[in-house]
Parts: sequence; C-alpha cells; structure tokens
Amino acid sequence: MTEVTLAPAPGEVVVPGKKWQGQNVPRKEDKRLTQGQGVFVDDVKRHGMGYIHFVRSPYAHAHITSIDVSKAEELKGVYGTMTGEEVASLTDPFFQLSTPPGAYLKDFALAVGKVRYVGEAVVAVVAETRELARDASELVEVEYEPLPAIVDARNAQDGSAPILHEDSGSNLMWEGVYEWGDLDAAFAEADKVVKISELHFHRFNSTPLECDGALVEYNRGTGQWTIHTNNQFPGFAQIMMGPAMRTGLDKLRFVTQDIGGGFGNKITSHPQLVVCCLLARKLNRPVQWTEWRTDFHLSMSHGNERWFHDTEVAVKNDGTLLGFRTKALDDAGALLRYEPLGGVIWAQVTPGVYKWRNIRLEFTQVATNKAPVSPNRGYSRMQHLWFTERVMDIVAKELSLDPVEVRKRNYIKSEDMPYETPNGCVYDSGDYAQMLDVALDLIGWDGMQARRDEARSRGKLFGVGIGSTLDSGTNNFGQSRMINPELQFSGNNEVATVKLDIFGEIVVTLGTTPQGQGHETTAAQVVADILGCSVDDVHVRAGHDSYWNSHAGFSGTYASQFAVTGLSAVKGATDMLAEQIKKLGSVILGGVPEDALELADGTVRIKESPEAALPFMACGAIINANNAGLPEDLDVTLNCRYVYRPPFQVPDVERKFGNLTLTYAAQIHAAVVEIDPETGYYEVVDYAAVDDCGLRIHPQIVEGQVMGATAQALGAAIHEAFEYDEDGNLLTPNFYDYHVPHALDMPPLRTGYIESASPFTPLGTKGMGEGGGAGIHAVCAAIQDATGAVVYDSWNPYQRVWELLNAPKHVVEVVDA
Amino acid sequence: MDVTVTVNGVEYERDVEPRKLLIHLVRDDLDLTGSHIGCDTGNCGACSMIVNGQLVKSCMMLAVQANGATVETVEGLAEDGELTALQRSFSEHHALQCGYCTPGMLMSATALLRENSSPSDEEIKKALQGNICRCTGYWNIFEAVKAVGK
Repeated sequence: MTEVTLAPAPGEVVVPGKKWQGQNVPRKEDKRLTQGQGVFVDDVKRHGMGYIHFVRSPYAHAHITSIDVSKAEELKGVYGTMTGEEVASLTDPFFQLSTPPGAYLKDFALAVGKVRYVGEAVVAVVAETRELARDASELVEVEYEPLPAIVDARNAQDGSAPILHEDSGSNLMWEGVYEWGDLDAAFAEADKVVKISELHFHRFNSTPLECDGALVEYNRGTGQWTIHTNNQFPGFAQIMMGPAMRTGLDKLRFVTQDIGGGFGNKITSHPQLVVCCLLARKLNRPVQWTEWRTDFHLSMSHGNERWFHDTEVAVKNDGTLLGFRTKALDDAGALLRYEPLGGVIWAQVTPGVYKWRNIRLEFTQVATNKAPVSPNRGYSRMQHLWFTERVMDIVAKELSLDPVEVRKRNYIKSEDMPYETPNGCVYDSGDYAQMLDVALDLIGWDGMQARRDEARSRGKLFGVGIGSTLDSGTNNFGQSRMINPELQFSGNNEVATVKLDIFGEIVVTLGTTPQGQGHETTAAQVVADILGCSVDDVHVRAGHDSYWNSHAGFSGTYASQFAVTGLSAVKGATDMLAEQIKKLGSVILGGVPEDALELADGTVRIKESPEAALPFMACGAIINANNAGLPEDLDVTLNCRYVYRPPFQVPDVERKFGNLTLTYAAQIHAAVVEIDPETGYYEVVDYAAVDDCGLRIHPQIVEGQVMGATAQALGAAIHEAFEYDEDGNLLTPNFYDYHVPHALDMPPLRTGYIESASPFTPLGTKGMGEGGGAGIHAVCAAIQDATGAVVYDSWNPYQRVWELLNAPKHVVEVVDA
Repeated sequence: MDVTVTVNGVEYERDVEPRKLLIHLVRDDLDLTGSHIGCDTGNCGACSMIVNGQLVKSCMMLAVQANGATVETVEGLAEDGELTALQRSFSEHHALQCGYCTPGMLMSATALLRENSSPSDEEIKKALQGNICRCTGYWNIFEAVKAVGK
C-alpha cells in the first residue's frame, strides 16, 4: 500500500437548527427507571424456563481427568447438564483474531480437557430453580490433576514456566514492534535520557452493578435462537458465535432492553451465550443464566494488566520531550476473548496529548493463569496514557521542572489542530492548555502554596497532580489488521431507522445497546430539531432487537462513539424522512416546490403561508393507509433507514500507520491529596475534571459520564485490584474484598468543560465517556508530589504509599545524552 | 413453608423453600422486578426495601422471616403514576444513568427522609453508604436527595 488518505478534509460544522440539542431535557428513560419498571435481563421470564448454574474450576491450572454429571442429573427438578466434551462436539473453537502463536489457541465455551484459571466454567447445570441448579452443581464430580500455575506475566516466557496452551507452544500470544520517527536522531539531540526500568498498570475492571446474563429460547421449527441478553456488542458476539455454532447469523436474534452498566465488561459474554443456546436446544426449553457477582469477578473481563520495561525518554534540559522507547508487556489472562486487540488499540493515542514525534514501542502479550482480559472503560488507551503521564511527571521531577510547565511546553497546540500524530492518527480539535488552565482554576491553583503550608502544619503531606487523557472514539476497525493482516475488518458503522407511522407517531430504532448513556433522549433531541417537533413527540425504542433490521456489523454501545456513529445515523435517517415528508407535502399541498416548504410544529407547511399545513398525522395516514391516487412515481415510504459510515481508509499495515479513530475528546483532571506520613493513609481532598467532547447534545448527560468515569478512576487508583496469590487464587472475588467507592468515599468535585467542535462529524460531536483514566494519572501524580517518591504503579492503596515513604523501589536513572 | 406478606399494600401468600431469600420471593414469585441484585454478599444495596418501616437489604433476609410483614418496594413509591418528589429529583439531577441501583437508592433515601426530613450532608452520605452505584460517582445522587431534604 502506498497512499493513505488520513482523514476527511476538515469542514465547517453544519448542525441543524438547535432548539433541542444542547438542552438538558428530562431523560426519557427516567420515568420507568425511577419506578422500577425497567426491563433488565434477569427480569425476562418464560414459562417452564430452566436456570443455569456453572460449575467452575477451583484450580488455576489443571488437567480435567474425569467429569461425572450423573448424580446431578438424577436430582429431581434438574433438567440437564452440559460438559466441555459436549460443547467440543457441537461447536468449533471460537475464531481467533491473533496471528500465531495466539492463533493456534483453541477456545471453547466450556473448558475442554484442561482448566486455565480459577473460576473457568467446566460444566453447566440447568434446573427448575436457581437454588436447585446450585445444589445440583455441587453434585457434579470433576477430577483434576493440578499443574503449576503462571501468575506473573514477567515470568510467563521463562523456560521453566508451565505452558497454558500446548497448541500455541508457548505463553507468548502476540508480539509486534511499533516505531515511528527517527529515534536515533531524537536521542542524539537530547540533553538527558531518563531511564525507567519498570512501571506497572494493574488489573481491575468497572464492575457494572448488574452482572452478565441471558434468557435464550430456541425455536425448533425455524432453528432460530432468541437471545435476550445484556451483551453490549451484539455485532461482535454474533460473529464469534455464528461460526462456532455452525449457524448463520440470521439464526441469532439478539434482544436487549435496559442494561445495568457495561463499561466494556459486557462485550465478551459470547461463551456463556453459546452454552445457553446449546442448552436451550438440547433441553427444548427456555434457559436463563444470571451471573453471580463472585462469578463475574472470577471470570469476566478483567482490564489489561500491563508492564512497561526499559523505558528511555529523550529530553532537552528545558523539558522538551523528543521521543521515547519502551517495551510493553501485556497480561492477557488465560484466553484471548477480545485480545490481542489491546496490542493495537493503545496506538490510537500513541503520543498522548504531547508533541512526541519519535516513538518505539515493542508490544508483547502473554497468557497467564488468570481470568481473560477484555475491554474495560478506556480499554488499552488508559494503560498507555497512564504511561505517558507517568513519564511526564517523572521527567519533571528528575529535571526539577514544574509539571504544569512541562505539560504546557509539550502539549499539542490548538492552532496545530487537526494534528497528525507520528502514526497517522488525526486529532480533530482541542485546546489542552486551555483545559489545564480551567482545571487549575477550579482547584484553586493560585492559593495552593498556602494550602500546602497549612496541611504541613497539621502534619500532613500535601500533593497536587494533573492527569491529561484522550478519549479516542469511533474506531476504524481496520486497525485490527496491524494485529493480523489477514483480518477483513475496516471502518465502522451504525444504523438508525426513523419512520412516521399511521397516526403520525415518529418512531426511532437504534442499533445500539445503551447502558445508561441516555440514547433514547439524545436521539430524540436530534430528531426533534430536524423534524421541527417536540422531543415528546419522538418515540425511541428502548434497546436493540435484531428483528428491527436496525443494526450492522459494528452495532453496539462501546468505545465512545454513540454521539458520532449513533447520532449521525439518526441524523441521516431523519434527514431522509424530512425530505420525504416534504415530497409528500408538495403533492398534497398542490404542487408547491419542496424548497418552499418547512417542517414546524409537527407539520409540513408552506413557509410563506404557514396556515397551509399538513400535520404529520395526515402524512402518516396518507402513506400508510390512504394512498390511492398518489402519483405512481412518488418515492415516499416515510420509513427511512440510514447507515452511518465514518470516512476511514484502511491503515497502512506495513508502517502501522493510519487514522485509527475519528474523534479525540480530551480530559484534564487535577487532584489534591493529603497523606498521613505515619501510615500512608491519604484522602483526595479536592478534585477537578475538565472535559472537551466537542458540541454537547445533552450537557447533563455528558457531565454525568465525566463524573462516573472519575469515580471509577478514583476507585481503581486507591482501592480496586484483581489481585491473585501465587497459586492463581483471586483474592478479591466480591465486593467485600474488592472495594468500590461508596458515597462517603467521594471527594469534593468541580467539573468544567470547553467545546471544540469536531470538524469531522455531522453534528460536531465527539464520542465520550471513557476519559476517567485521567483520575488514575492525577492521583499518581499527586502522590508523587506529596511523597517526593517516584510512583511506579497505577494502584496505590495506603500500604503502597507507606512503601513509597519508607522503602521505595528505585526505578529511575537519569544520564547525560 | 407458607408465607404471607403484604407488598405495596397487596397481600400475597406463597409456599416457599425455607432458604429462599426475600429478594428472590419478591422478584421471582411476586414478579416485582424493580428491586435488583448486584452482589452475593449484602454489599451493594440494589435490593433495598422497607420492611415494617425499617430499611433492609432483602438479600440478607429470608422470605420466611418476612412472614406477616409489610414490605415497601420501589414499585410502591409513585401513586397513580405520580412520581414522588424524590423520584422527580433523581431525574432532574441526573442521579441515575443505567438505573440498576436506583430502586435501592430510592428506598434508602426514602427511609432517610422519613426519619429525618432535613438531613445534613454527612447524614445523607451515611444513609447512602450501603448502596453501590457504578455509573454516577454519587455526586448527583447526593444532590438529588439534598434538594428534597430542604
């Protein structure tokens, strides 16, 4: 490939008349959700349904020598079971995204022959009640022959390490080298080289309050499964499930309504959905699976744990950053369920928010005897951006420079937007320095020295930290080819249909699977502005249903894209409908030219004489039920489907170069901490979060996403970790041990925003919601400021801060270039 | 075992296993699915109900223990489709996103406001401490309760 068109030419943002967009209209979802009238997956019931319970591995690594389900099946009220052997005979292994050696891995919906992490599903039991299914699972006899476990990714490739997947031949799953610019020149130009031997980004996830689940029905006559689920990316689930189940995708009908949080963690439930499908067919009855909290913690969607080794940063004495080299080691856990995509997703934000032009990153992903990783809010970019922010603060500390000044010196500038990064991504718009000023103002930067002194007078260590992140949104799935050039994915899409029904109802269907983002509300705002009606007149169907024919290959709600993909599809469909209404109006109103018509007050009317108006109700009735005599060539259905396709090219796989995401929302956070030097206990005493996601359709919803992401970051920075012991036992399998923030944990928060319209999107919007990583970066920076010790881990519970104060690891060395 | 329980003013009689949890009785047997389950351990509060006037986590109580009790769940808050001030305030302050924790939050806040019509900031936070929300960060929930408390 020789030529790569990087991005659409930036154009002027043309948005429809904005009566509703930009307003905090009441959310359409709230009326049902505040009354307990939502329909979440466990609320769906069917006559005669069976409850599924999974028997799970107590070992991190073991051969399965025998399975005996006979006692369980004899129990009255037990409908049946399924074992890995059965799954292996009924299905093919899931399609693997990786090149070898990861490509050779054989992954089935239940463990076959071997278990590779504590909590891996081995047998499924179905019974009349939840309790009975659980009882019966206790009667399943599984014999294991335990094997040594590999828990620390750093040792996974040692010669003595136990091999998880014999088919792959080693624990290496995927590796690739990324290099852009001229590293030699950068290091030759440098005054100093800052060397960081090891940084560690820890394992956690967003723990949505609702766990995974499904109710699956099988129709024997048509061979079709109806999968009521809370999977948040049906487009991905279906392409994983169909080939494995040896069935066409038309046989997999996905239905969602309300989903109790997702955060990426509900993308990879396809193995369990396959088991549900097989059991529904085998037992000829609907089956229901609701994951227990402990099962979720043990087995679902841990975030990528990542090490950064042998980092070298080329820097001028004034803090100008010229380039870096590093080796990223990613712990995929036991199976590749979405991986090794994390091996490229980070590259969406290769230089972070900085002007680094020379970068080399060697990426290695290995398997360990821990739960498989999958996308988690900020997927793979959060790890990388934590790294770039750590580098920034470590460089500032080692060169005795002000972290604010170093950032401002190196931030990409607003006048350079759109900005092409060294790897060909195009940052669409933004002003990071201005955002930082807003953040500093919000935390009272000018009075900080007095506060620092006052805290010290109370015996506290005081620190301020900044976290800068990008929330890259609207993936170009062509980036998957950098992982595996054979993959036939590229671009992106989303679908919406908008129709005018027989009594004038405006009905919108989406392909998305919202989990609290308020899609029904924001879609209605866009529709109402175009059709000239009230948001109350717009009926947006809740959730996703394959039967609506309102979905495409990438449909779902993930990766910060609804405000671009979803709402652009809504706009496209509504523009089509508006045009059709005018066409019809032109005919009915006596041949008035369409451009003499306007849509307003729920009518199509003549601009110059608005009393000559045709209500939408009449339009709907004429086309749907009273259409005799209309001109034969009148091409109007009042039922419009639009597929939004972002303007992407296939990236250059050889150079690992191209535009990987369409929009770049940005976040600048600032945290203030006070630490008790005796114990390491600390509190975040002040916090500011500044966001820029382009034009905001519903500012309150945007701010809600900022708040929620911030809270998750604070939890991850201070409390939350999926920790394992050396035998591979998860130490935090429930909310007792895995402490998520409570109401009393939250610091005072101030939020701010700027709006840099995206020149690349139809509504000037950018996808957002995943920028919370900034909180982890900011807390790390604040702890470093307070303790004077280099912070080398993303997880800093009180004992780690004590360690930083009393026995810090030395990971940094500065040498003259 | 036979259990008689009055939920939101309606009396129900059911034959339940002694080990059945109150939340499962309400959700599975009475089809009142507004109250939710978010953990196995009593930490999350999504199943919060008011039993005989007292706030409880209904996953921490057996159905048989509720025999003869009066139970209030989220479905009983609004009367004739009219949302309570607290429900309206949650919407106005964007105190819910996915809505999964919301029924439990509303019951905890309702219990608080019945006992203390003008709670302090600290009292509100303490009252919500037993309810986990993963979407909002609690700030807007706090504001929603505070607005009604005034």
